[in-house]
Amino acid sequence: MKYSAASLMTAIVVAFSGIFSVSEAQIAVKGETVYTMNGSAITNGVVLINDGKIEAVGAASDISIPNGYDVHEAKVVTPGLIDAHTVVGLAGYYNQNHDQDQLETSNAIQPELRAIDSYNAREFLVNYLNNKGITTIHTGHGPGAVISGQTLITKTAGETVEESLIEPSKMLAMTLGSGIRRNFDSPGTRSKAVAVLRQELIKAKEYAEKRASGEDQSRNLKSEALADLLDREITALVTAHTAHDIVTALRIQEEFGFDMVLDGAAEAYLVIDEIEEAGVPVIIHPPMIRPSGDAKNANMETAAKLAEAGIPIAFQSGYEGYVPKSRIARYEAAIAAANGLGFDGAMHALTMGAAEILGIANRVGSLEEGKDADVVLFDGDPFEYVTNVQAVIVNGKVTFANE
Amino acid sequence: MKRLLQLCIALMVLAGTTHLQAQEQAHVFEGAQIIPITGEPIENGVLVVQGGRIVAVGEAGDVRIPRNAVRIDATGKVMMPGLVDTHSHIGEGDGGDGSSSLHPDVRIMDTIDPRSGTFRKAVSGGITAVNIMPGSGLLMSGQTVYVKPKPADTIEEMLIMVDEENNIYGGLKMANGTNPLRSNGSPGTRAKSAALVREMFVEAQEYKQKIEDAEGDPEKMPSRDLKMETLVEVLEGKRIVHNHTHRHDDILTAIRLSKEFGYRLVLQHVSEGWRVADEIAEAGAQASIIALDSPGGKLEAINLLNINGRELEEAGVDVAFHTDDPIVDSRFYLRSAALGVQQGMSRQRALEALTIAGARMMDIEDRVGSLEPGKDADFIILSGDPFSVYTHVEQTWIEGNKVFDRSNPEDKKYATGGYEIFRAASHNHVHE
Repeated sequence: MKYSAASLMTAIVVAFSGIFSVSEAQIAVKGETVYTMNGSAITNGVVLINDGKIEAVGAASDISIPNGYDVHEAKVVTPGLIDAHTVVGLAGYYNQNHDQDQLETSNAIQPELRAIDSYNAREFLVNYLNNKGITTIHTGHGPGAVISGQTLITKTAGETVEESLIEPSKMLAMTLGSGIRRNFDSPGTRSKAVAVLRQELIKAKEYAEKRASGEDQSRNLKSEALADLLDREITALVTAHTAHDIVTALRIQEEFGFDMVLDGAAEAYLVIDEIEEAGVPVIIHPPMIRPSGDAKNANMETAAKLAEAGIPIAFQSGYEGYVPKSRIARYEAAIAAANGLGFDGAMHALTMGAAEILGIANRVGSLEEGKDADVVLFDGDPFEYVTNVQAVIVNGKVTFANE
Repeated sequence: MKRLLQLCIALMVLAGTTHLQAQEQAHVFEGAQIIPITGEPIENGVLVVQGGRIVAVGEAGDVRIPRNAVRIDATGKVMMPGLVDTHSHIGEGDGGDGSSSLHPDVRIMDTIDPRSGTFRKAVSGGITAVNIMPGSGLLMSGQTVYVKPKPADTIEEMLIMVDEENNIYGGLKMANGTNPLRSNGSPGTRAKSAALVREMFVEAQEYKQKIEDAEGDPEKMPSRDLKMETLVEVLEGKRIVHNHTHRHDDILTAIRLSKEFGYRLVLQHVSEGWRVADEIAEAGAQASIIALDSPGGKLEAINLLNINGRELEEAGVDVAFHTDDPIVDSRFYLRSAALGVQQGMSRQRALEALTIAGARMMDIEDRVGSLEPGKDADFIILSGDPFSVYTHVEQTWIEGNKVFDRSNPEDKKYATGGYEIFRAASHNHVHE
């Protein structure tokens, strides 16, 4: 036992360590089933990887593997999976003050906070998600403030934030609902939160107008970020769970005309028509979310209902304040798959669907020639509880191997 | 109009009563794959239940079908015993308060709401027997209660009586590690925690001795003390200690104290059990474990890995799972064991860990945890493999009564969630 415990620890350290990455320039991945997410799945498919990019994808009968390629084989092969909203990297797994940077409580409106200035690429949970097949995360400031800060998009590999960054500033994280009053004395009500948000947006509108006309004005980081939102250079990521908070989010969006993605949306099934009409995508709450607080009316079938209405959806791990410190978007998509969404709908939302909502479909989300070589190898259906990840490849490098 | 309403209510009451008494007629389930747990799976199985008990279980053709039985076609389904959850906080009860760290006198059964929606949530996840515990924020937070989550007006109707003579229907919750450490400094350290527990058990040993010395003479008996009475039950092996513990050294401390005083120990959570699996096996302690999607969230849980089931199984430890609802939602209890299988636990031991192993940890294995003649008719009907994500619990039966039916929208909403289903989802799990 002593020996096996020691060897086990070594195995865990190797598996969980962020520094474990084998550089391989040329890789061939053979899969009994290859879900390219660009057309139908290929039986006995091959993905060729060269210099960090996908070189070719097709049936084994059509593609010959060149000499010198390192060959990996798996039952099921998918594109790297995408967690469309997490706080991992700002929130660490120790859950102590020193590793919790997802929420700044000195002010309820802080659009000037940039995730890139606090993201820890070596955080244990970043690598943990990687080992579960998540290769891209949209992470940053969490829910709980009216505006908590800017989010970024990164790969789950690399030792510095710059190394694997896809987008340094993608969205502004906002929250509507009862959660804000737990973190701030003011705003202490829903309506006050909306009033201060509108006031800031009106100020930013003037700032944006002056900026556009080239008129002199002193720089203001808050207004600059909000002006970027109004100029549609970045998107609002609005966490709202109750039906009335969702409708309020749509009202503010219509008033100011910014791009918006709804987040959480536990009661979205009550206002599907309104969401559909507004043309807003939804990063749905984890289907295994605990039914409490603003999310107490969550339903595992909501992802299926939104997809059925034609509303673009993606999955997220969300924010966890206790144990487990992170959910896994693949596990959450699995529950949606089993509750009406089906395998295809869930796999789409976890790959291309998420890439489209995040505006990064030119680089990730499918196995296509020219895209980033982010590939996951499984020993079975990626959604089955008993399935294991065999290997993970990010930017053409093997970041996890369990073969 | 008023009379019509009264009639409706009368009919509803009547319907409810009929439903609950249907068990007098034999029910026969045919065609399912039956997983009895204590025997090999039966491909074309037959389960006969009557009077709230299992009458027969076996292969089609081998089982006598009673005349006038209600016959239910379960072809294509999988049937197994109702799940046993060894650690849960459903029912909205509470335990000891901040006045002290040791409350063996406190009974959570005095606080549970039998009408709580959390019981319907539990049966939608296939759970038919549950150990409801007070929290882990105190060294001894109170007596736990073993219940069936069936429709009831009083907690008494739900109790699983372990020992009628001594009125035992639960264990004693204890905790060590950081959760019971308190800001007022008592206890402020692990060593002080152990000292306080030992002190109390020494007192209980003396109390027990006084009772024995009295030899039944009421004049010589010590005055009644609820705390001491409970601990005497523990010392006599009638009441099992369920000890919340995470870190490997805390696990060994829990074992050390149980050896010193000779009480029966179920280790709860045992997050680093994989580091001391041989020691747990050697001590003969049982382990009730939890499966989580990631480690961390608290310092004591940073080494909580789902290899725990495999490692404890390999060492020969009796392993069960638990939900610790709301930590793991009762509706995902089957999933917990499936995650154990993902990390190398055997299917058979994982199935046992959801059923008979948990029953052993509550002394109720003669009544629940497997499909055998004479046992309570507590079983679930699944749409497929118990460890597949695509499988749903279709029906849950307790003592021959159907308590959950996914095809009924009123029941299904507890399985999926929905608008105003969980109205009073109070989370009173004490951790800080």
